Amino acid sequence: MSALHELSASDIRRKVVAREVSAEEVAKAHLARLKAVEGKVDAYLLVLEDRALEKARAVDRALAEGRPAPALAGVPVAIKDVLDIEGLPTTCGSRILEAYRPPFTATAVARLEAAGAVVLGKTNMDEFAMGSSTENSAYKKTKNPWDLTRVPGGSSGGSAAAVAARTAPLALGTDTGGSIRQPAALCGVVGLKPTYGRVSRYGLVAFASSLDQIGPFARTVEDVALAASVLCGHDPLDSTSASLSVPDFTAALAGGGRGARIGVPWGFLKEGVDEGQMARFREALSVLEKAGARLVEVQLPHLPHAIATYYIVATAEASSNLARYDGVRYGLRAKDPADLGRLYGETRDRGFGPEVKRRIILGTFVLSSGYYDAYYLRAQKVRTLIRRDFERVFEACDVVATPTSPVPAFRFGEKADDPLQMYLADIFTVPANLAGIPGLAIPCGFAAGLPAGLQLLARPFDEETLLRLGAAYQAGTDHHLQSPKLG
Amino acid sequence: MPKVTVETVDHVARLARLSLTDEERALFARQLDQILEYAESIQSLDTDAVEPMSHALTAGTFRADVPREGLARDRVLESAPDPRDGLFRVPRVLGG
Repeated sequence: MSALHELSASDIRRKVVAREVSAEEVAKAHLARLKAVEGKVDAYLLVLEDRALEKARAVDRALAEGRPAPALAGVPVAIKDVLDIEGLPTTCGSRILEAYRPPFTATAVARLEAAGAVVLGKTNMDEFAMGSSTENSAYKKTKNPWDLTRVPGGSSGGSAAAVAARTAPLALGTDTGGSIRQPAALCGVVGLKPTYGRVSRYGLVAFASSLDQIGPFARTVEDVALAASVLCGHDPLDSTSASLSVPDFTAALAGGGRGARIGVPWGFLKEGVDEGQMARFREALSVLEKAGARLVEVQLPHLPHAIATYYIVATAEASSNLARYDGVRYGLRAKDPADLGRLYGETRDRGFGPEVKRRIILGTFVLSSGYYDAYYLRAQKVRTLIRRDFERVFEACDVVATPTSPVPAFRFGEKADDPLQMYLADIFTVPANLAGIPGLAIPCGFAAGLPAGLQLLARPFDEETLLRLGAAYQAGTDHHLQSPKLG
Repeated sequence: MPKVTVETVDHVARLARLSLTDEERALFARQLDQILEYAESIQSLDTDAVEPMSHALTAGTFRADVPREGLARDRVLESAPDPRDGLFRVPRVLGG
């Protein structure tokens, strides 16, 4: 039997339910793994050892009493530090929330725990989820488990690195412009951004409300499907969560690739994609063809405008959402300001890091008098054009495939001083957020020792097709079984 | 169109209640100019007949408008930096 920390969430659940191993033993094995490798990876901002062991023992007791086995019985999970757990820190990677203790628990976390999952800790992230490398965290630098001199991607870099480093088989992240899919690709794990409205955002600290979505990381598509079945569904506490029935995503996995039409926007992939990433992408497409899928070329003519559109819309919404950090009701407060105006300004200057300030400035600018029509309103219109591109394309195909990221994991500092270069790393992921459609990132091999990623996008609320094709891909490959050498 | 100056950044920072250092003001002016220059590409599109899209909801929902309990006041004030007598205390609002 392989070590407990190498098992998938689905295997852990099976063994815990069969009483082959206790949830407590599983939690202990992951906490031991965490102690062994966390010094190298730095994925966590908070480790909840005692709480995790208590929760695990409660799962064991319930099973011993003969209660029905929940969907994630005994599965350890890491939570991005942007999701609230009552009474515990939620820092969002920011100094401004260092002392904040939320008075409620996020629905996504509550659903996982109600399903028997065991929260191990809270993971590192770019401050307020703004970034693509997790370098914007005010607390620590998370390393890519495949190469400790490189970034894990971001903004959910801690969650992706935790799953890759085998300290957790499952993690939660959030994706506003690729913050689940891009770190999944850079760390060689699976990440799902569900359709906008699929998962309740109650208890999620808002970045850009028309784009944010919560989703799972795991090493297998099967595990992501298992978690999605627990996470998705309407929540009375979030009026943007859809009142649609949630399919049994695990049941959808058996369908295979036969008959699926995969659209590839070759014209959009001509330039700017790393050669190694492109080679693995082409190979991934042939694996899907062998599984019975058919490739068709598609055009998404407005995608070259996606980054510009995204950084106008997202920063505008962020500048508004982050107005709440004023030093009055919670979080940091500047010491002894002379008046209320200085309290706001000094608190925000001390509490926010450079990228957050940059985005607040940009977002405030595009909303300001004289620039609103030319930037914000126009970007909202281009967003419509991008959504229409996808609506039209999905008449001719079932999914759209691209590389997840144009580049593999980059070195620390490589893009940190050039915000525009960092933004361009999101070129393949932001369109899904603008259009509100679901996206799945799947590891598809290695180039020069670094993971490469395949991204599949589907129609709104058609996560089933993504997961079915993802499972068909993993059934024909073994990339997801490779483990980084962390000693 | 853009030529972001330090004055533009100062104006926007005031709107956003951000105090910036001189270094940040100069850096942001340069970087914002570069970002907006890149974003100029969307000006070339014909969007006259296009509706703006403010969200991606295809299946939103409304709840019944029924009063319910909110969070307890004490619980909320636990996170406040300077609570006093059940209220949030702040420094003087008008200049001294």
